[in-house]
Amino acid sequence: MSVAIEIQGVSKRFRLYHEKYTSLKERVVHAGHVPFEEFWALSEVTAEIAAGQTVGILGRNGSGKSTLLKCIAGILQPSAGQVVVRGQLAAMLELGAGFQPELSGRDNIYLNGSLLGLSRRDIDRRFDEIVAFAELEQFIDNQVKYYSSGMYVRLGFSVAVSVEPDILLVDEVLAVGDERFQQKCIDRVQQFQRDGRTIVVVSHSADMMRDICNTVLVLDRGHMVTMAPVGEAIRTFRERLIESGFAPPPEPEPAVAGAAPVEIAPRRRQVKISGATVEYARQEERPYIETGEPIAVHVGFDVATPMAGVQFKISLVTEREAIVFSSTGGSAIEEMALDPGHGTVTFRFDSMSLLDGRFAVVVEARDTGGVVLDILDPACHFEVMNPGRAVGIVGLPMRVELTPPGTWP
Amino acid sequence: MGSVSEIDLTSADDAAAQAERAASFVPGPRSAERELPSRVVSSRVSLRVRISDLWHARELFVFLVRKEVKVKYKNSVLGFVWSMLNPAIVLMVYYVVFKYFLKSAIPAFALFLFSGLIAWNLIATALPGSSASIVANAGIVKKVAFPREILALAQVGTASVFFFFQSIVLALFLIGFQYAPAWSYLPVLLFALVDLLILTAAIAVYLSAVNVYYRDVEHLVAVLLQAAFWGVPIIYSYNTVYGLLTKHHLLWVARLYLADPIVPILLSFQRALYGHVSPVVAESTAKAVMYHGHPAIQYGTQLAKLPVLANYPYHFYVFMLACVFVVAVLMFLGAMVVFGRIEGNFAEEL
Repeated sequence: MSVAIEIQGVSKRFRLYHEKYTSLKERVVHAGHVPFEEFWALSEVTAEIAAGQTVGILGRNGSGKSTLLKCIAGILQPSAGQVVVRGQLAAMLELGAGFQPELSGRDNIYLNGSLLGLSRRDIDRRFDEIVAFAELEQFIDNQVKYYSSGMYVRLGFSVAVSVEPDILLVDEVLAVGDERFQQKCIDRVQQFQRDGRTIVVVSHSADMMRDICNTVLVLDRGHMVTMAPVGEAIRTFRERLIESGFAPPPEPEPAVAGAAPVEIAPRRRQVKISGATVEYARQEERPYIETGEPIAVHVGFDVATPMAGVQFKISLVTEREAIVFSSTGGSAIEEMALDPGHGTVTFRFDSMSLLDGRFAVVVEARDTGGVVLDILDPACHFEVMNPGRAVGIVGLPMRVELTPPGTWP
Repeated sequence: MGSVSEIDLTSADDAAAQAERAASFVPGPRSAERELPSRVVSSRVSLRVRISDLWHARELFVFLVRKEVKVKYKNSVLGFVWSMLNPAIVLMVYYVVFKYFLKSAIPAFALFLFSGLIAWNLIATALPGSSASIVANAGIVKKVAFPREILALAQVGTASVFFFFQSIVLALFLIGFQYAPAWSYLPVLLFALVDLLILTAAIAVYLSAVNVYYRDVEHLVAVLLQAAFWGVPIIYSYNTVYGLLTKHHLLWVARLYLADPIVPILLSFQRALYGHVSPVVAESTAKAVMYHGHPAIQYGTQLAKLPVLANYPYHFYVFMLACVFVVAVLMFLGAMVVFGRIEGNFAEEL
């Protein structure tokens, strides 16, 4: 297997100025003693990325992952070492960077396309596709300054993917646009994967990595910690976080948490979730369950055509839209083959450890590729009452021990 | 235009159709046999690679120039007419002031002025824009990889477009007043134009990089251009300077003056566009000018008849321009080297 990107001992030094002097006067006045600290954003990073792999660069904020991506892209030059890139490369660091608000969408496609390295003929050939993908047929001759932010980003993404690169660099830009367009972007990235192109993704979200990457490169304060298969690398990353005293940040999952109703293209509605109900003991008597009681969620669905590899995913969401629990497809729930007709899938929680509050149930059906077939947000609600004294969202099993000299009263 | 801002997204009806179209927009499979281009990112990139990268980005250059021209006069009623009107008004003011108030002795003064001013305008339009170009485009410089020199060069390209418009005005002017240029000097004029473009590009690339570190540069450029305008023979003739300097036994300063690469370019423009009018300076000026019978003033003994332009032979113009060409190319390469050194830190300095 050939190597697409060779990172050879790359180091990048930044100067952190305590006060930045950018004018001539200031520089003359402060000549010789401009206070700055040297800061190595990257030190001696060496790695090889094989062609066709999807590689994640994982690290905390400030660990140098974006710097590394920019070095690969050629936006930053490393202070030492070099990066050898084989194949045409496109970087999506910011969608629509360089759009001129005064120019029309059409002019901007040409300008942006050539900025990304497309020739005029390439753009001519792909122009209609770019416009169709961005869904901007009617507005392509309007000035970009009149575009909504969603339209702006769609056009940016559309131009960026039209480069058809051998290597695609992505910097957490996929969380853009409305949900439907996000899905389209993810589909597109998966298409790239199937085509055997090399993708490098930067993120601090381990879950996103788990979803799409084969291999993950973990960075910590500019040093490469490991480059390993995704599961192993994420474990190392988490261990590092705990060692250095950082709690992993809560991961908001955009696919479910968004308040906006999700539009699903009609062609995807091969499986339709008709509704969901909860079932628990003494349901007629009280509108809540107590912490620790079992609960079942029945999800009804209709299937239009026979489908294999359907996964159902359930998420429990607090009123403030924090996801308490989400079953990831593939691991928790098996893929199932469905025949046409109406059916029910039941999720059983033997002991509901949630504490007080009202929770929403979100149900999603996906196919093998992770494409959302249908989503019901919220599918239903249930309330939990906590008879104990603990506060918070989840009741965790816990014991208390005391070593003398003290005693309980 | 206001109505456009209330754009709704796709209606539900054509969502299916769009999904179809979107689905058809899939990249073709990779051909494994294809030779992949290889690229090295490091702090030392050879000049040859930099220049070939520039060459490959020439289409981008065209799009950037087109953008600049379009954006500059967007939403203005007269549009690019301004690019002709503006120098025309400047020309008119100078003409009135120098012809009638300050009594310039140069015959057909408007043409003399125009022939120098048109070349100067290229520099004066290009440099302020190009020196600010990297800073002004910080957004793309930090997010997209492309040869950044293009941004400065695009400003020179834009100035060239306006130069072209002004040449049209000049042509109309020549026709209107029935002045014929010195046709035999047209190759000299074109050579001078090439020199002018390379020289401007060299300064533009250099300044754009330095401005990232010293934001003074873009302000300094405006001031220096003002000063330089009066330091080169546009409003007065080169022979006046030469005469004055030789009078005070400062011939070496006169030689030095010619070493300013812009001066030979201006002289060539004047020789080609104005020279054919075979003008003479009036007697009063001639007295001041005529000293030591220096070679530039052929008719030194004839008190009343002195040419405005230095009477250098054809090959001397070519020689001067060839020198300027070499200097300009070296300056351009030097500017590229400096730019390359500094470029690595653009993203952090911006």
